[in-house]
Amino acid sequence: MHSTINDATLVRKYIGGDERAIEELINKHNQRLSSYIYSKVQDMSVTEDIFQDTFIKVISTLKRGAYNEEGKFLPWVMRIAHNLIIDHFRRNKRMPKYKGNKEFNIFSVLTDDKLNAEKQLIKDQIDQDLEVLIEQLPKDQRDVLIMRIYQDMSFNEIAENTEVSINTALGRMRYALINLRKIIEKNQIVLTN
Amino acid sequence: MEQIYSNPATHCKLISTRKEAVDFLLNYSKSLEIHKVQGMTIENNLN
Repeated sequence: MHSTINDATLVRKYIGGDERAIEELINKHNQRLSSYIYSKVQDMSVTEDIFQDTFIKVISTLKRGAYNEEGKFLPWVMRIAHNLIIDHFRRNKRMPKYKGNKEFNIFSVLTDDKLNAEKQLIKDQIDQDLEVLIEQLPKDQRDVLIMRIYQDMSFNEIAENTEVSINTALGRMRYALINLRKIIEKNQIVLTN
Repeated sequence: MEQIYSNPATHCKLISTRKEAVDFLLNYSKSLEIHKVQGMTIENNLN
């Protein structure tokens, strides 16, 4: 049950340092203000946010001594809430939000390509194993493979770099891959993620 | 008599903000201190 003290008196008491006065003011106008906000935004969590932001401004203004008591406390509070509601709609218009529902969830089509921690660990291990295997190849095949796969060079560039014909470079790459497969099979290594 | 007026749409729903939100405001109010220094107003929240 709310007291019968009017708003102006409660404001005066609050400015004078009585914290119970603001509690009375908030409780007295809670339903009216919350219902007003909810009628505009139609969302309970947004309503609470705006309610809190409204009273944060009220508290700050009262404590700063910047409030002129003209018997219009509630209209003043409602005006603050009204402006915050407008700000909310302006923000949402600039950045529309999507809320998933039972029929459709946006995350079923939006995916993150990044590997999870476990898969990243496995990939790192495979990369390390592969480096060891590549070391077992003959030098000319190893060089071509490294230049092609790790340094992303074209066969023209590889041929120029190793001073051989492009056909020779292609041949060395082909044998590198054949020999790599043989090493993997011989050692029964599994290199999959 | 025929009902010639449609039922008014009930957009008005009476709700209240939760106690936790109100408690937050009360704690905020207790922690807020205003200092006026050299013409500037500084708001400070004490823990």
